[in-house]
Amino acid sequence: MCTLEKRGDLFLLTLTGDDEHRFHPDTIASVLSLLEQAKSQSTKGSVLITTGHGKFFSNGFDLAWAQSAGAGAIQRMHQMVKSFKPVIAALLDLPMPTIAALNGHAAASGLMFALSHDYVFMRKDRGVLYMSEVDIGLPLPDYFSGLVVAKVGSGIARRELLLSGKKLKGEEAVALGIVDSAAHDSAEGVVEATMSLGESLAAKKWNGEVYASIRKSLYPELCRMLNLTGNNLATNNL
Amino acid sequence: MGLYKYRIYIPIKIRSLRYTIQHQQNIIHTFQFQSSLSSLFTILFFPPIITMCTLEKRGDLFLLTLTGDGEHRFHPDTIATILSLLAQAKSQSKRGSVLITTAHGKFFSNGFDLAWAQTAGSKTGAANRLHQMVESFKPVVSALLDLPMPTIAALNGHAAAAGLILALSHDYVFMRKDRGVLYMSEVDIGLSMPEYFSALVRAKVGTSAARRELLLSGKKIRGEEAVGLGIVDTAAYDSAEGVVEASVRLGEKLAAKKWSGEVYASIRKSLYPELCGILGIEARVFAIPKL
Repeated sequence: MCTLEKRGDLFLLTLTGDDEHRFHPDTIASVLSLLEQAKSQSTKGSVLITTGHGKFFSNGFDLAWAQSAGAGAIQRMHQMVKSFKPVIAALLDLPMPTIAALNGHAAASGLMFALSHDYVFMRKDRGVLYMSEVDIGLPLPDYFSGLVVAKVGSGIARRELLLSGKKLKGEEAVALGIVDSAAHDSAEGVVEATMSLGESLAAKKWNGEVYASIRKSLYPELCRMLNLTGNNLATNNL
Repeated sequence: MGLYKYRIYIPIKIRSLRYTIQHQQNIIHTFQFQSSLSSLFTILFFPPIITMCTLEKRGDLFLLTLTGDGEHRFHPDTIATILSLLAQAKSQSKRGSVLITTAHGKFFSNGFDLAWAQTAGSKTGAANRLHQMVESFKPVVSALLDLPMPTIAALNGHAAAAGLILALSHDYVFMRKDRGVLYMSEVDIGLSMPEYFSALVRAKVGTSAARRELLLSGKKIRGEEAVGLGIVDTAAYDSAEGVVEASVRLGEKLAAKKWSGEVYASIRKSLYPELCGILGIEARVFAIPKL
């Protein structure tokens, strides 16, 4: 499942176990609850780092669980798509900087989960980003496309991500502007780098409400899709 | 091909423009646009060549070609033909279909048939005809966004104004390294941009610097720069044949995926919600996935 630890200013959210960390409704509920916990305990200088164990960051929704319903498969898909929306919303709303430290592969909703963070670090040697929907024949939930449009600037990069069926490795992901860095040759290296970034962000002692408000102001269309209100008037320290 | 001269008086106040194109036998064609407030419209030109186009099928690939050696300007008849051929491709599409659009000669397309607009014989007549072409071209962009298959524009030569919009409406754009430019002429001619043109550029071109270079600089952008700005995918070939071959190779790779065209088109449209809104096309399509 997943765990939330505190290390000084840093919240560390980990998808545990050596499996594909697929998003089953229970996993989704756990992640949501842990994000709420982090939000309630946040203070000036808090930072969230999200990572996973093993070969996968996350391989997306639990399609096997959907299929085990037989005729109810589509229903279960819709359920996961719908229940995952608040996770994205919670990350966009989180009153602290967020960093995704990709230990391995991130696909479909697993990649959306990563992209919902302010910073994305991945490995150079292993792990790919893969939007499988075009290959499987699944149309995209509106908030998936909204997130990609919000975060990925060039038309070419968006097409490579959503319409090519490509498995993007670190170097290409950086060149396309999808991730910030793919400089480390191990999962530990990635986590260390993100902790170091986390610490330098924490040292700024930013007001989390203001940080979240400015972040949301960058993604008005996406926030509308997620029913997130942007404006949070806080006292500034002028 | 013979030398011919256009002298066109446009009734709107624009500054003089001299646009020179080098012809393959080193004959210079000079197009002079001059403003004239006492506008009598005199046009001396040879009978207009209305660009036609063909649609061929080569295995999984549909090949749409703007034929003949001219500028492939979009006259209402050309637009209607393109629309009809795209409808044909759509109706014959299946898993693995891919569209490649290209043209013959020095031009991919030099935009709307402004000369035809001028033959309307009056200020309002010309404006109406231009408006007609702008409106009738909208469904071409919609049809390409809606097409249930990957689309590749293989630029054999220059793409300007509406011609460049046609190219940009494709998923992939390949151009030549040695020849051919991209040119949004509107700022130079003094024509304001249709809303869907700007929306397409905003949807496809990521940085504001690149958008400015494309729309607000009057530059004729060559292959290498176009790749640098993120407007086209590649400008690696030194001939039109090279570009077409590369497009065919990419087309075959994409065809081999045997994607569902409906899902492909649905994901594509979801990337351009604002543009779809302006064109009035539905962005969402629901399909049964093969889980």
